Amino acid sequence: MAKKKIPFNIQIDVDSFLPASSEEKEYMVQMRPSSTFFRDGVKRLLKNKVATVSLIIIIIITLSSIILPSVWPYSYERQLGVSLGKPVDASYNNLRPFEYGETEKAKIEAGEKVFPHIFGTDAQGRDYFIRIVYGTRISLAVGFFASIIVLIIGMLVGSISGYIGGKVDLVIMRIVDIIYSLPDMLMVILLASVLKQTLGSAIEGTALEKIGSNIISLFIVFGLLYWVSMSRLIRGQILSLREQEYVLAAKSTGAKSGWIIKKHLIPNCISVIIISTALQIPNAIFTESYLSFLGLGVNAPMPSLGSLASDALNGINSYSYRLIIPAIVISLIVLSLNLFGDGLRDAFDPKLNG
Amino acid sequence: MSLLEVKDLRTSFFTDAGEVKAVNGISFFLDHGKVLGIVGESGSGKSVTAYSIMQILAGTGKIVGGSIKFDGKELVGASEKEMKAIRGNRISIIFQDPMTSLNPTYTIGSQLIEAIVLHTDRNKKQAYDRAVEMLKLVNVNEPEKRMKQYPFEFSGGMRQRVMIAMALACEPDILIADEPTTALDVTIQAQILELMSSLQKKLGMAIIMITHDLGVVAQMCDEVIVMYAGSICEQGTADEIFYNPKHEYTKGLMRSIPTTATAGKKLQPIAGTPIDLLNMPKGCPFAPRCDAAMKICINQCAYPLDINENHRAACWMNVKDGIADGTIATGEEEEQ
Amino acid sequence: MSEEKNTPLVEVSHLKEYFDINVGLFRTKPLKAVDDVSFSIKKGETLGLVGESGCGKTTVGRTILHLYKPTAGKIVYDGREIVSKDDIAMLHTKAAMVFQDPYSSLNPRMTVSDIIGEPLDVHGMCKTKEERRDRILELMSHVGLNSEHASRYAHEFSGGQRQRIGIARSLAVNPEFIVCDEPVSALDVSIQAQVINMFDELQDKLGLTYLFIAHDLLVVRHISDRIAVMYLGKMVELAEANEIYDHPLHPYSKALMSAVPLPDPQVARANQRIPLTGDIPSPLNAPSGCPFRTRCPYATEACAESMPEFKEVSSGHFVACHRTEEIN
Repeated sequence: MAKKKIPFNIQIDVDSFLPASSEEKEYMVQMRPSSTFFRDGVKRLLKNKVATVSLIIIIIITLSSIILPSVWPYSYERQLGVSLGKPVDASYNNLRPFEYGETEKAKIEAGEKVFPHIFGTDAQGRDYFIRIVYGTRISLAVGFFASIIVLIIGMLVGSISGYIGGKVDLVIMRIVDIIYSLPDMLMVILLASVLKQTLGSAIEGTALEKIGSNIISLFIVFGLLYWVSMSRLIRGQILSLREQEYVLAAKSTGAKSGWIIKKHLIPNCISVIIISTALQIPNAIFTESYLSFLGLGVNAPMPSLGSLASDALNGINSYSYRLIIPAIVISLIVLSLNLFGDGLRDAFDPKLNG
Repeated sequence: MSLLEVKDLRTSFFTDAGEVKAVNGISFFLDHGKVLGIVGESGSGKSVTAYSIMQILAGTGKIVGGSIKFDGKELVGASEKEMKAIRGNRISIIFQDPMTSLNPTYTIGSQLIEAIVLHTDRNKKQAYDRAVEMLKLVNVNEPEKRMKQYPFEFSGGMRQRVMIAMALACEPDILIADEPTTALDVTIQAQILELMSSLQKKLGMAIIMITHDLGVVAQMCDEVIVMYAGSICEQGTADEIFYNPKHEYTKGLMRSIPTTATAGKKLQPIAGTPIDLLNMPKGCPFAPRCDAAMKICINQCAYPLDINENHRAACWMNVKDGIADGTIATGEEEEQ
Repeated sequence: MSEEKNTPLVEVSHLKEYFDINVGLFRTKPLKAVDDVSFSIKKGETLGLVGESGCGKTTVGRTILHLYKPTAGKIVYDGREIVSKDDIAMLHTKAAMVFQDPYSSLNPRMTVSDIIGEPLDVHGMCKTKEERRDRILELMSHVGLNSEHASRYAHEFSGGQRQRIGIARSLAVNPEFIVCDEPVSALDVSIQAQVINMFDELQDKLGLTYLFIAHDLLVVRHISDRIAVMYLGKMVELAEANEIYDHPLHPYSKALMSAVPLPDPQVARANQRIPLTGDIPSPLNAPSGCPFRTRCPYATEACAESMPEFKEVSSGHFVACHRTEEIN
């Protein structure tokens, strides 16, 4: 009987055929370090360079809009050439970026330090840079709060509709369909103009006056019209989550509806909610911008990026930068938020996960 | 020369989490007209092997080594044009879930005709006739009526028959069936397996049957390959593998399935959980779960050893037994 | 003591579960998922329930636990008919369910400890945090999970381990009766054996009664004392496990048993399979009379006219067929 030879000249040590101990076997395999869904998602998000860069841009813009107005030597409303009792000093008006007016040049020669106007000044002698920054703050705040309103209303309506189902769902969704079918730009403009008239008188003397009737009407418009996509989204999520086996498992142990919604349905919607809200903010900002552009937005002297762009139309030939700058800032904010929202979705969307 | 020769095939997926070595050096042959079963559990690499042969790996997957020779022609590194001529034409594949393999927006007829026109010289009219002929071949009743219907109008079993018809329309040399009956009911599964058997005898093609169901393998296959974590544990004729398993994994599998003999008694499961392919250990991938694991298994993968002319297994236990009963020479004796 | 064993723990009489399906703008058609099914389960036994798609076995399991409200029929648990809210609440403390898909039956946002502890929380069973923690660890040890797994999330575990988590959850309320809905179908073969053994051990250790729903006939035979076969909402045969496999009386059972591929090449090749023509009809369009008649090799006109009665033809062996004596 021919003996088979072991190929490759392996040195076989007889001892190595002794049984392996369970420790040796266990050592071969180790469980991967624990990681939650959230941590996985954040890791994925940070790997996405576009999303990370967008996030950094958003953070920079937001932080500057919050901090800068407090530290900047100029304020957004101060018309630099105007002081009580004196005639208007027009040398402050319409300065180009980094240009100094006559009065300022004189001050510099006298030894005073004059902070440069990075974006120049506008027709009323207000420092344009700080107006842009403040306008960004207004736009961001409006966008953010409007999205929160949309979120709350949409979530309430969507989850009720999705969980209860039946006739309630039918009626609510038909209302949603109707609102969807309205031409939103037209509706927004109509509502904004109507509310401008009626609200203006209603809030006089109250704390809300400071915010301005226009902004309040903006919030009302959002509250009435823009919640529909969020509600559809949430409803869809709830509908599909309702059929998940773990919901059935909870029911089989005797859990009631309230428990199920609180413990099972809402927590699994959160990523969708966050993503959707993140994508809603640029929408709101953009709406506010064009409303302000049309004159239906913030009240003067409060600037918003849209109103600044609108004001810049007058001098568009000689001072084109006054239009370009707010346009660029709006675009940058909207683009970054959209890209970040996309990144969020790619990182956290459960459907794409294994 | 065999119809299909796979030598030391290695396929990996390059993911965010690292390289997943789905197939880790496997070699096997397939002759004309034979039915080869590839058995394994999830993560064994059996489907990836098939996709590597057809070169239809998903985005991050790549063949990183080895050779696949089909009818003498090397497939690894072949151009897309060359592969297109082979896919669907000389090697066909049917998948597990007939619901997602068929396009729901086209009629069955148009999908069949598309496949035929693409790969043969027939014109549309000839392709139509051929399609009807194929439907008859797979026992779909009222084939002309069926040609105009959409996939959603068919049941699971019917859809799988249509898939088989599409796969066989060009009379391939090899039919790869990736878990073709896993999603079907038992009685429907019996029908489909019966159909595949009779077609195989009639048309003489080779079949590679990929499954995790040992019963299906026992019924259909001449030769069997058992895979675990990307490597071949053992391969041989069906009788050899079932009645004379020589790898601890195969032995464990045979012991753990409920049969008529085990009713009322405890089953002997294989302990532990399947290996994490991202975290492959140094030695034999099955060692952590193997009751008979030895020290050498922890450090080194066993090489495939011929048990007899119909059977080859890669398990150190066989080497140990071989040394003990003198059938294997350990290098030292040769030096004397 | 032996008398106790003989009184059924679960008794199902003429159970019907119909779902209304939309087939047009305002029209609905009843889908007869379960159509007049009667059986009982003794304390401590395992009743296997098998059948193919559309047979209604999953619906039976869910209806017994009142996850669906029965359209008609009676469910009696331990002598008490389940009708009122109190009855249902009682049922939830005595009966539980294990689900098929280990991937979707666990909430991905909850830790293992919360998942297993949920029934405890819903019923307010543990007064203090320590008590709750101890109970959860005890349950985990029943199913072979380590205490260090308690704070992990479900997605970190393999299919077999997730199924153990699901089983531990079902044991939380200390049930007497567990409905196992295809608990091993989604698992790898080598893991199935572990989980099946665990079901056996738990039954011995805790005195459980099982309704074991599955489509893998070899698994069902292994674990069941008696087996019931369903087809399109009707129960067609019920007998001791070995009886059904060795001497099936109903034509469908015969075909089903012969269709199972056995992992033994020589037996498989020699096996004469009873071929069934055609596909399983949709439950929406169940054939009149006996639903199996469209595929039955022994069907006659009588079979189309009336549904055969589910009657006992020998001790403990029930069949619903007009032609039982002639065929066998």
